Parts: sequence; structure tokens; C-alpha cells
Amino acid sequence: MSRVLSEQSIEHVVLERGEVANTWKTERWDSLRLLTPNWLTRLPGLEYDGEDPDGFMAVDELVAFLERYASHVEAPVRTGVTVTSVSRVEDEYLVETDAGRWQAPAVVLASGPFNRAHVPAVAAELPARLDQLTPVDYKRPDQLKPGRVLVVGASATGLQLADELLRSGREVTVAVGEHVRMPRTYRGRDIMYWLDELGRHDERYDEVDDLVRARHVPSPQLVGTPDRVDLDLNALTDRGAELVGRLGAVNGTTAAFAGSLRNVCNLADLKLKRLLNTIDQQGGFDAGPRPEPTRVSDDPRVLIDLAGYDTVLWATGFRADYTWLDVDVLDRKGEIRHAGGVVKDAPGLYRVGLNFLRRRKSSFIHGAEDDARDLVEHLAARLTGSPV
Amino acid sequence: MSTTESAADNGVNVQALLDARNALTDAPEAAEFTWRATNEWLRGTHSKTTIQQYSGLGADHEHKSVFSYNADHPEVFASEDLAPTPVEFLLVGLASCLTAGVAAVAQNRGIQLESVKATVEGDMNILGILGADPEVRNGYKNIRVNFEIEADADADDIAALVAQSQKRSAVFDALTNPTNVTVTVS
Repeated sequence: MSRVLSEQSIEHVVLERGEVANTWKTERWDSLRLLTPNWLTRLPGLEYDGEDPDGFMAVDELVAFLERYASHVEAPVRTGVTVTSVSRVEDEYLVETDAGRWQAPAVVLASGPFNRAHVPAVAAELPARLDQLTPVDYKRPDQLKPGRVLVVGASATGLQLADELLRSGREVTVAVGEHVRMPRTYRGRDIMYWLDELGRHDERYDEVDDLVRARHVPSPQLVGTPDRVDLDLNALTDRGAELVGRLGAVNGTTAAFAGSLRNVCNLADLKLKRLLNTIDQQGGFDAGPRPEPTRVSDDPRVLIDLAGYDTVLWATGFRADYTWLDVDVLDRKGEIRHAGGVVKDAPGLYRVGLNFLRRRKSSFIHGAEDDARDLVEHLAARLTGSPV
Repeated sequence: MSTTESAADNGVNVQALLDARNALTDAPEAAEFTWRATNEWLRGTHSKTTIQQYSGLGADHEHKSVFSYNADHPEVFASEDLAPTPVEFLLVGLASCLTAGVAAVAQNRGIQLESVKATVEGDMNILGILGADPEVRNGYKNIRVNFEIEADADADDIAALVAQSQKRSAVFDALTNPTNVTVTVS
């Protein structure tokens, strides 16, 4: 956003509570790599130019990339400045921080979508002797007690952490709700290549069938590793994991899991098959190999006594934090009301970096550029008083 | 996937459902429904349930007529078998909910249904309800539903109809997830 504002000679300042790439430095687990390959890791004016375009950046590599970008574009970043409040003052916004105040006709909220780990209400019912952890606190397996772990959630985070815990020798149970299954590679190319080819990344918010659904699709079951392996529920089963349904309730030491495990797996398998069929049809290929259907036991457990467990790891998504936003723009679910990043009922207020903000790629690093150009155009027109 | 251009007609007004979804997103309190039934003991294990009134969309509603259902237990339970067993009513609810869902989803996807037949089976160990084994639960340990569907769609699309129907089914959810049940005496 800053880079595109600079191109248009729009005076601005970037406020960062910590250092550049702060969240990546402090709130991510050690083994994390991007889900997108290096060739997709680009920002306006800077592309990945390393030796391994098909690889996946580890967190320290991404931090280095973002730091390099900040200096490359000479972004006017003020680090160590925590915004405590954004409020409206007549036609402008007052931004209060722990290092002074700013007043501006336009404010772009680029505070990320993953500020707080979301933990469902049922967490409060868990026996007190169980350790509870979120992906924001989790760094590595040896941080956990050696006993059984219940991983709640089967999207990218849940699967990656369950896999790592299984490899560390722990017994792991995974509670599986709705999820999106994807192979890392198909026909020898990364799945991101095919999604790009199909134009999926560029699908727009004002063209998609069901935007609410599109904005809340769980992250695909992927991991970015040097050997480009698939990470799906079958891989976890092979490693000894037990799959159960969505966690529904806890009564005493007994946890109850939904009896819908087979259906959520079937839904994901059918959707994956449709995606691969679409790739084959668009490319004019004969049908390629199909992943084995997700194996679900005949009788998955619906009641489990948690007495045998040490830890519950919540991989149940993240939420944006708007506690510092004193403008009435949130809906009843606490999400910001916006049309493609233009915040509703708050002229001059913008949001970037949310799932499917303007395009399916909006939450991807390479999705930032198109959104930034669209929104800066809108913002510039507002500053000059042109109709928008 | 367009519904307006589709020639499929399964007798489901999908547009009304989509309109309701849009309207209720802006008025979430109207989406709160309460369903009701009244049950009276007749004799032995035989009882009669009547259903007429329900609430939703911010108002009370009445069905076009009063529906009534008898329930009893079979002769192998030393009852008179005057009507289906209550647990069989659960199967009625599940099958009819899933079938309604199949029709609605098919309509939304422009798939013409020719025939839909569901067979439901639930396994239960009655040592639970007899109090003979505390390890055995009272309720179903497993429920199986099999659909036979003829429609103008391929096998994967038909499988997807049934999967989506389960995903959106109130009774499937009620049977597969825990629900707080409060029983009082006045």
C-alpha cells in the first residue's frame, strides 16, 4: 500500500507496533513455511529472485524479504508505535498512539487478519488440568507435555501441527470439521500454479457466487516443504493419528465429537475431485491421478475421556482485532463492513489484507498489489474530491 | 450456477429461500424459530403428540391443520404396538430432512430429480435402556442412510447433492451434535 501511495506522491506514514514483519517474528511456530511457492512471493516492485523458485519460504526468509522490501521501497515506517485509537473527527480520522497523534483524511487498516487465535466457547468447559495452547503460543513440540494431544481443527494449521507432534512421538487425536483438501502438486506442478492458471486467484468479490462463504473458506490442507509432500488426513492416519468429528461439547472429562466426520471428509473429497476435473478439462488433458479418498474408520469415536490427554491445541482459526477502532463499522459478528476494502459508512477508511477482500488472492502476499492499486485509486480520488 | 435459467423443477422455491437468507442476514432476530409439540399419555407406552403452532420471523404461526402422531412400543417390548416407536420417529425426521435437502440443493444446482428413495437404519443395543449394562448408551450407536437417486446428473454430482444436504440438515445436526435438553415439571 505504501509503495503505491508513494508512486502517486500521496504523503503518508506507516505505523508499526513492533518491527517490520512483527507478527511473523513473534507469533508463528518455528517450522512454519509459506503455503505459496517462492515464485508467487512478490510485492509491487520486488519479486523473489533466489535460487529456488519452487521452494517455500521459512519465516526467517520471509522476514528478510519483507525487511528488504521496506527499505527497497523506502516506506516511511515508524516502528515501535502502537495505535491505541482511531476515531472520526469531522471529515477526518484521529489516530492516537503511544508516540503522538496523527490526523488524516484517509486511514488504511493493514493490521492483518490473524491478530487473535479464535478459541470456541467449549474451551471453558475443559478440565483445568489440561494444558490449552493456540498457534500463537505454540513454537515447537518439546514445549508440550509428553502425553496425548487433542488437536482441534483440520485446516492448514491443525494438520501441520498435528503432523509435527506425531513425528515427535506423541499420540494425537484430530477433531475434524469442514475443511478444504488439496494436493501439493498435480501433474508435476504446484497446485498454486493450477489455481493461477484457472484464474481462481483473480476471481473478484463482486463476481463470486456466495461472498460470505468465499470469505470464510478454511485454509487448504497444505504444507510448504522442500520435498513438496501432500499433507492430508490420510497422511496423519498413516502416522498414527486418530480422526474424530468436530468437537461439540465437554461434560466433566468427557468430550463429545460430531457424528459427521464421514460427511465432512466426503464433501472435501468431492470438492477436490471437481477441482482436479476442472484442471484436466481446461487443459484438455486425460484424467490425471486422483488422490485416495479420505479413510474414515467405520466407527469413529464420538465420546472420548480426556483423562488420558495432556494438551488441547486449538487450531480453530484466527480473528482480526479491532479493539482500537473507535468508528462504528463492525457488524454483529465483529467483522468490518466493507465493499472490496472500502469500509462502509466511513469515507476515507480502508481495509487491506483480508480473506477475499477484493479477490481470492487478497490474503496472499502476491494479492496485495492489485488490491493496493484499486484502493489507492479510490483513495486518491477521494483526496482530490473527484467522484468515486 | 444459475437458478433462473435452469429448466429443472423439483417443486422447491429456491428463490424464496435465497431471498429469505438475504433478508434474515440483516434481521438476525427474525431468524430465531421455536418448534413445538404437545404429547399426551393414553395408556401403557401409547401416547399421542399433536403439532400445530410454531414461532419464527418475529411472529407466531399455525400449520394449516393440526397434525397428530401416535407412538407406542412393539410387542417384543411387551407393549401393544399401536404405533411406531419413538426412536423410529427420529429416523422419520432424519430421512425426511435429508430428502427435503436433496430436493432443495438439486433445485439450486439446476438438477432435475426423477426419483429419490432413502432407506434408514439405526443400530441400538437395548441393554442400555433396560439398565442392564451401564457401559451401553441408551441411544443409537450408529445410523445408516442409503439414497437411491435418479436424476439428470452424474454420480459425483449426485453424491455432492447428498453431501450438501447433510451439511445443511437440521436433523442431521441434531443427531450428530450434542444439544442441551432441559426437562421441567410444572
